Amino acid sequence: MDSELIPEGVQRCSLGKFLLWIGVVSVVLLWGVYGMILCWAKGLNQTNMNNAFGFALWIWADLAVIALGGGAFFTGFLRYIVGKKELKNIINYAVLIGFICYSSALLILAIDIGQPLRGWFIFWHANVHSMLTEVAFCLSCYFGVLTIEYLPLILENRQIDKIPFFHNLSHNMHEVMAVFAATGAFLSFFHQGSLGGVAGVLYGRPFGFREGVLIWPWTFFLFTWSAAACGPCFTILITKITEKVVGKKLVKDNVVELLAKISGWMLLTYITAKIIDTLYWAYVTAPKMGFTLDQFYTNNPGSAYGYWILIMEVIVGGVIPALILVTRKGRQTPLLLWIAVILACVGVSLNRWVMVLQVLAVPVLTFENWFTYFPSWQEIATTILPVAYGTILISLSYRYLPIFPQESELNPPPEELLSEAETVQKEAIEQDMASQDLTPAESAG
Amino acid sequence: MKEGQHDQHIKKYGMVIDLDKCTGCGACMVACMQENNIPFQKDETDKMLSITWLRVFKLDNGKPYPDTDICYLPRPCMHCSGIGEHGHSPCVSVCPATATDYSMETGIVSQIYTRCFGCRYCMAACPYHVRHFNWWDPVWPSGMERSLNPNVSVRMRGVVEKCNFCFQRYQIAKEKAFTEGRTEIEEHEYQPACVEACPANAITFGDLLNPKHKVYKLKQDPRAFRLLEKLHTNPKVYYLSSREWVREAGDNYIENEKVDVEPKKH
Repeated sequence: MDSELIPEGVQRCSLGKFLLWIGVVSVVLLWGVYGMILCWAKGLNQTNMNNAFGFALWIWADLAVIALGGGAFFTGFLRYIVGKKELKNIINYAVLIGFICYSSALLILAIDIGQPLRGWFIFWHANVHSMLTEVAFCLSCYFGVLTIEYLPLILENRQIDKIPFFHNLSHNMHEVMAVFAATGAFLSFFHQGSLGGVAGVLYGRPFGFREGVLIWPWTFFLFTWSAAACGPCFTILITKITEKVVGKKLVKDNVVELLAKISGWMLLTYITAKIIDTLYWAYVTAPKMGFTLDQFYTNNPGSAYGYWILIMEVIVGGVIPALILVTRKGRQTPLLLWIAVILACVGVSLNRWVMVLQVLAVPVLTFENWFTYFPSWQEIATTILPVAYGTILISLSYRYLPIFPQESELNPPPEELLSEAETVQKEAIEQDMASQDLTPAESAG
Repeated sequence: MKEGQHDQHIKKYGMVIDLDKCTGCGACMVACMQENNIPFQKDETDKMLSITWLRVFKLDNGKPYPDTDICYLPRPCMHCSGIGEHGHSPCVSVCPATATDYSMETGIVSQIYTRCFGCRYCMAACPYHVRHFNWWDPVWPSGMERSLNPNVSVRMRGVVEKCNFCFQRYQIAKEKAFTEGRTEIEEHEYQPACVEACPANAITFGDLLNPKHKVYKLKQDPRAFRLLEKLHTNPKVYYLSSREWVREAGDNYIENEKVDVEPKKH
């Protein structure tokens, strides 16, 4: 029924099966939407946040999705600025994942503020000293960039592409995409860094505070670095999950391996810097404020913030995946690659978790105790909401847009299903690609 | 400005709370609630959701009977000057919408309720937990709205609020002085509600830069200390205590560190 909308040369499941899948995910989406409406209508009393935990699950989710969505800017940087041509085969998906992550972050922020209708005050009454101001400006601008990067993909839908205006618009946007990739990398450097600065500048919170250079605490640079390292891991992870779900290979191994290798070296250098930062903080910064490392990681309720969280973040979620990814054997062994990208995503998410939650949980006044928090169902539902939204957008994009340029090559339809005309067309496209070293999408543009 | 070089136009209002005198009666808290139209819920059992601009903490020395000792510590907003006295207090510097401000004229950290959009970054920044979020819209029991202070606006759901040293009283005192042809206000003309309510006279308030004000001398008392001085938040609330364990409770010290809580000269 919708076959005219499906890209040429690829196979998709029946519309009924697709709608059933979307229907199931939509139930989760609606659950999240219900939680969101409750928060907007009744206020943040619907959450389990309190006066000690002004930041909680949502801010963590924001920081985490922005770090994981860092694959978009860094892959774009590698593809268009550094010139890694192989990555053209995964850049579309990286952009889509980035678009989902950043739109989710903006949505969560809109729920998280106490007076959503005043959200624009952050631009109108901007305080230039605040890291959040920088986050708001760069995040909004970069979301605009991601939209511009995602738009040509939508225009490449088989039916939309038939309209000359959209065909030409898409082609011309591809031509100038390097400019947007450079803009995206510039903006990302600052907002990823500012998000690191959010906790790093809190000189009243010894767990989060870091010294630094000029106005930027070390967390500013560590956050950007970790997003560049772990964002591509998330892109690889989602690509692998998509391949499992649809039951076919979508991106060639050499593309994934290249991204994994770069990600591995970024992760190794990041985690080295992170370990140095942690040691300096533990032995110099914190003691100056009257704290020891033990105070941050012991005697807390249920050991929710014990040393295990530091080991999980730095060793399990940092050193181990880095060592796997920098070795050829590690990258080329499917199981090890899966483990590495999952651990890297867990590691960076844990980093964001402690830099939001543990910062607030640690007692600073000597006569106060550790603060505890567990999210309400409304907070959980609205945090899962972006996952459902992302799943639906990926499903729609995969079905109707040429997201994976190598898909038709990796999954040629059985010859008996091709008509004579289609066979001729397929051969022509392949010859065209071979002569110009282009993907089908770029060839069409 | 250096102390002793007093410019009458520049004030640095602050508080000195004598913990040796405080009985923990809570009159200061009640007066603060009443003066500042602080809302409350039917169920106030979860104190993490309560709004208490001024909260009295009960400290103990951790020793068993008969050596046990307790101390009551009232904690208003510290009105931090921040590192270098530039007004970059922990909360002011982080607010993305300039909804909280440090007055270089009075040293008071204010909160602009109509500009706050409820991001709560300031709450995360404050190590003293003096900032509170309005999780609900204020609802006053029938008839009680008539007791609201007309000089203080009530706050809506979704914004942060905190102690402002009863700034409305400063404005009233300034207006009165102006109508009487004066440019300066007397020490007694501007006193927060908690100071007036304290039956033990444990709280003293005034201009920390003005040698004529009582707080000027009191902050130099050998018993004086401030909370979390090591963080360099530079609070304008001083505490007095003759008990060493109380002064020690004011800050964090690592093991084997020389604890500098001996009575000292400022």
